[in-house]
Amino acid sequence: MAYMHIGKNFIPHDVEAKVTGKAKYAEDFRADGMVYCCLMLSPIPHAKVKTLDTSEALKMPGVVGILTADDFPPTPEPRDPILSNEPHFVGQPILAVAAESETAAQDAIEKIKIEFEELPFTVDPLQSLYPGGPNAKTSGNTISGAFGQPPELKSVKWKAKDFADAGDDKLPMGEENGATWSYGDLEAGFAKAHLILDESFVTNSNATHSLEPRSGMAYWQNGKVFVHASSQSQSMVKPAIAGALTAAGVPIESKDVVLIAEYCGGGFGSKIVSYPLLVLPALMSKKVNRPVMMRVNRAEEFFLGNARPGFQGRIKMGFSKEGRVVAADLYIVSENGPYAGSTEHSSAAEGVSLLYQPEAMRYRGISISTNTTPKGAQRGPGQNQIVEGVDPVISKAARQLGIDQVTIRKLNAANNDSKIGGRQMPLSSAYQKEALEKGAEKFNWAEKSKQSGKRDGSKVIGVGVGQAFHPAGFSGMDGLLRITPDGILHIHTGIGNLGTFSHSGTSRIAAEVLKVKWENCVIERGDSRKHLPWNMAQGGSNTSNTMTRTNYVAAQDMIAKLKEIAVTDLGGTADDYDIGDEKVFAKADPAKSLTYAQAAQRAIELGGKFSGVEVPDTGNEQTKINAETMAAVQGIAGTGLVGVARDTLPRTGTPAGIGIAFMKIELDTETGHYEIQDYVGIQDCGTIIHPMGLTTQIKGGALLGIGMASLERTVYDPQNGLTGSASLYQSKPPGSMDAPKNMDVDAVNLPDKDNPLGIKGTGEPPVGAAASALLSAIADALGGHYLNRAPVTRDMIINTLAGQPDLYKHMRINSN
Amino acid sequence: MFKDMMPSFELLMPSDLGNAVQLAKQQGEGGWILAGGNDSLDWFKDRNKRPVAIIDLAGIDSLKGIRETPDYLEIGALTTLTEIENNPVINEKYKLLADAAAKVASPQIRNTGTLGGNICQDTRCWYYRSGVDCYRAGGDTCYADTPEGMNREHCLFGADRCVAVSPSDTAPALVALDATMVVVNSEGEKTYKAEEFFVGPDVEITRMTVLKNGDILTAVRLPAAWAGATFYFEKVADRNSWDFPLVNVAAAMKLNGDIVEDIRIASSGIQCIPRRLTVVEEVVRGNPRNEDTAKLAGKSASRGATPLNFNHFKIPLLENLVTRAIRDA
Repeated sequence: MAYMHIGKNFIPHDVEAKVTGKAKYAEDFRADGMVYCCLMLSPIPHAKVKTLDTSEALKMPGVVGILTADDFPPTPEPRDPILSNEPHFVGQPILAVAAESETAAQDAIEKIKIEFEELPFTVDPLQSLYPGGPNAKTSGNTISGAFGQPPELKSVKWKAKDFADAGDDKLPMGEENGATWSYGDLEAGFAKAHLILDESFVTNSNATHSLEPRSGMAYWQNGKVFVHASSQSQSMVKPAIAGALTAAGVPIESKDVVLIAEYCGGGFGSKIVSYPLLVLPALMSKKVNRPVMMRVNRAEEFFLGNARPGFQGRIKMGFSKEGRVVAADLYIVSENGPYAGSTEHSSAAEGVSLLYQPEAMRYRGISISTNTTPKGAQRGPGQNQIVEGVDPVISKAARQLGIDQVTIRKLNAANNDSKIGGRQMPLSSAYQKEALEKGAEKFNWAEKSKQSGKRDGSKVIGVGVGQAFHPAGFSGMDGLLRITPDGILHIHTGIGNLGTFSHSGTSRIAAEVLKVKWENCVIERGDSRKHLPWNMAQGGSNTSNTMTRTNYVAAQDMIAKLKEIAVTDLGGTADDYDIGDEKVFAKADPAKSLTYAQAAQRAIELGGKFSGVEVPDTGNEQTKINAETMAAVQGIAGTGLVGVARDTLPRTGTPAGIGIAFMKIELDTETGHYEIQDYVGIQDCGTIIHPMGLTTQIKGGALLGIGMASLERTVYDPQNGLTGSASLYQSKPPGSMDAPKNMDVDAVNLPDKDNPLGIKGTGEPPVGAAASALLSAIADALGGHYLNRAPVTRDMIINTLAGQPDLYKHMRINSN
Repeated sequence: MFKDMMPSFELLMPSDLGNAVQLAKQQGEGGWILAGGNDSLDWFKDRNKRPVAIIDLAGIDSLKGIRETPDYLEIGALTTLTEIENNPVINEKYKLLADAAAKVASPQIRNTGTLGGNICQDTRCWYYRSGVDCYRAGGDTCYADTPEGMNREHCLFGADRCVAVSPSDTAPALVALDATMVVVNSEGEKTYKAEEFFVGPDVEITRMTVLKNGDILTAVRLPAAWAGATFYFEKVADRNSWDFPLVNVAAAMKLNGDIVEDIRIASSGIQCIPRRLTVVEEVVRGNPRNEDTAKLAGKSASRGATPLNFNHFKIPLLENLVTRAIRDA
């Protein structure tokens, strides 16, 4: 189909400001009388504050106030508190000091007298699960509670025999106490399997390391709070700020929150909606009655930036002679940090069920609290770390069965009729096989796979294929469009600016449907004063699918109103009219027309629903416009022709976003150093909206995946809970020099049936696909030695090559 | 803990060496000599080192640049690593140092980082850097050398209460080149051989070099005797840029046909000082340069190594790097 905008490159409106440094991020704002606030962090992994004396600090020159946990009502378990008198990890904020300068604030922190009562702690779930093992919290080590019920903490211990039976190299599998599901006949599956692999694996936690830390500035004015925040999202953050302030004892309604978040220097899931530090500047500002800037430093961003939980996992997989996965039994222990964390083991299990379509599958998972940095969603939460453990098992099986790596994956691939998860729910589309085929061709797998194991001096070639999945779409959001009498189409979007340019990519769908030239469009976003509708939080690979549906339905509402105005002014019925060239015109006599500019003027004159003075209320919670959108419409009412609608389009199944990656490495067997020579990434993301944006998403995701698989370190000393990874140079995310020499990406470009334009999301799967491809390529270069661990760091490769044991206890986490 | 906010201090910016020496003497224990600042500023920002006054050498032109004399090539301590990497004389005669300098950190850091700073930088032991009260910080314990200490980056040799390692890429190159360090203080000028310049915890646990309060490293001299020798430098790190060596190796050899007439070889990342591998030199010197000699040399490099919990990978790595140095130079 020939589109005006879809599938075409464009320069997003915020690019120039970003590359020239003119873009203002949260920490670039200033306000009259602004003071600075600094945090005092816990040096101990778990303790109670016994005594706290801030009197000398308050007397220091320039100090204007101190906030402690006592300033707020207690935070209900298991949520992360903003400040705490019972720190649960090294680096947790105990209090905040505001002063005329950051130097003065930090000087004052040094004058604070504090005594702790040290409490038991752990940095490893398996240590906590052992009989008599320490609990990360006084109230227990895992969160229980049925779905929809308030969560409660309890203590779970496994039996010493569970551990003894497993030995050092296998995950003990104690009594399940967390989540579980199964489908199919697992026993029968294993009974008929030709090959059974029982693999235990560890995937380490990954800090998010957003380039822009979660700095913020806030002040109060005339009953409103103005918040400059670092956020991935927009619409959903405003009520979240109101909720967080209210919970902290400062009651406020969403309508009185002004959120300015036009740019975000990366969030990767850690800034999707709310996070504890989000409202700290506003709370401090309330207390000291001055605008407050809080600049979060690099180490604080490590401590408070939400890390991806690591997994200690085990999968038993049965394969037919041909390589079909006939049974899969998955157990995951998730290293959850001290607070709510996440139940990523469940999304991980869904990922396994989708990518390998096991004929029968059981999943068991439990999150165990630890005294490490809080955990939360990070780009492909669950789905991306599980493929680091499981996709190399597919490679290993292919090796043992003598089957080609692409063939085995194609045999198990999901398609449009496939199902997902324990309840075996339907999909709206999945083109995994097509993605594998496209990737194999682009990579030239047929030839390159023959180079596997080829030696040249000390160097050896390894090749690998990887895969990952993430559901890629959501429903129920409101679209809001406006044409002003100057003929400009204003696309109001409440999605955030995560850096993917999807705020613009998805807005172009409104321009496409309304057939408006891009230069006649303005995107209204980034500041709640721009009257933004209730939209998706930007995360979960959801933006593209969700927001294109949303803008599509608003554009349809706009078209209906354009035709109604034409009928009113020019006669006939709505069916007599069409749109084109920024006009509504009579099909029989195109000269009989109104320009969009004229229609906008008429809408103002007609009032009512046309100009947004009235918004029809369906009276049904499932279909009515959200209160936030209503407020936005009120704000623009009477200024033009308003199109507003909620996405109630059908949803028949999960839109499967699937990533495939191919890697070729050359490993030096004397140093463990390798170069990634070739990478190909293919994405099943439905119809391509913005080719350039897609390319950067896949390549950027691949870099993140390379870091997860091979470089990024998360190290905790189990003796004291100290971390050796708080700096970028210690944590080692990949740099440009670590990127593959050749990177080539593409998409399947086949439409999803639940999106009117066939679009689904992209963001997450390229990460896990690249990570698992690299792990398989390393194992291939090592002659089929699978280390069952991520990251596989230089030292592990050297030890393997030297034939010496790895001194890591295999199942230990947070140790490399 | 990580504070990222410097306390106030006095900033002294002398314009000549005499003035700097005088200020360094006056400030005594409270003084801190600043070159490129890549290491120093982190210490200040985290408030783990609290000098009263910073003596910034940046304004002293006599400490910058490269000068050739009949006996040696003198490199001012404030010469940047980028300049060393690109200098034609160094590339022609002492390529070992140019290669080592090119492997330091990242271009941005090499543009501001100096040779003096690179060899005087403090160890990167993550416990010490996080501000704990370890031996090196003047306390009475070591956190890394414990039953479960996370010590992947720590030493194989020379442990003495402290198990930290030299993180420098240029230091082993200077040991291999038999360089001389020129140190000036209020009493005058003194020179040290590279091997004497670096000190381990057995000698002085809170310092990495001989430099005491009041001392300023002014220059490094590369002797003409090793100009144009056969060189080998290799660094193995986790990342391809902005990373410290897990192990590196720097070798200088004088060849006569196949025979290695003389050799100096050193390595960082395995001891608190850039370790001169004298056993390797003994094994190789006078022997033909071939696969057997290279392998034997590699094996000899790790003699006496005492690995910790997480760093035994450094033994094969060191052995292989030494083998490569002899074989591939």
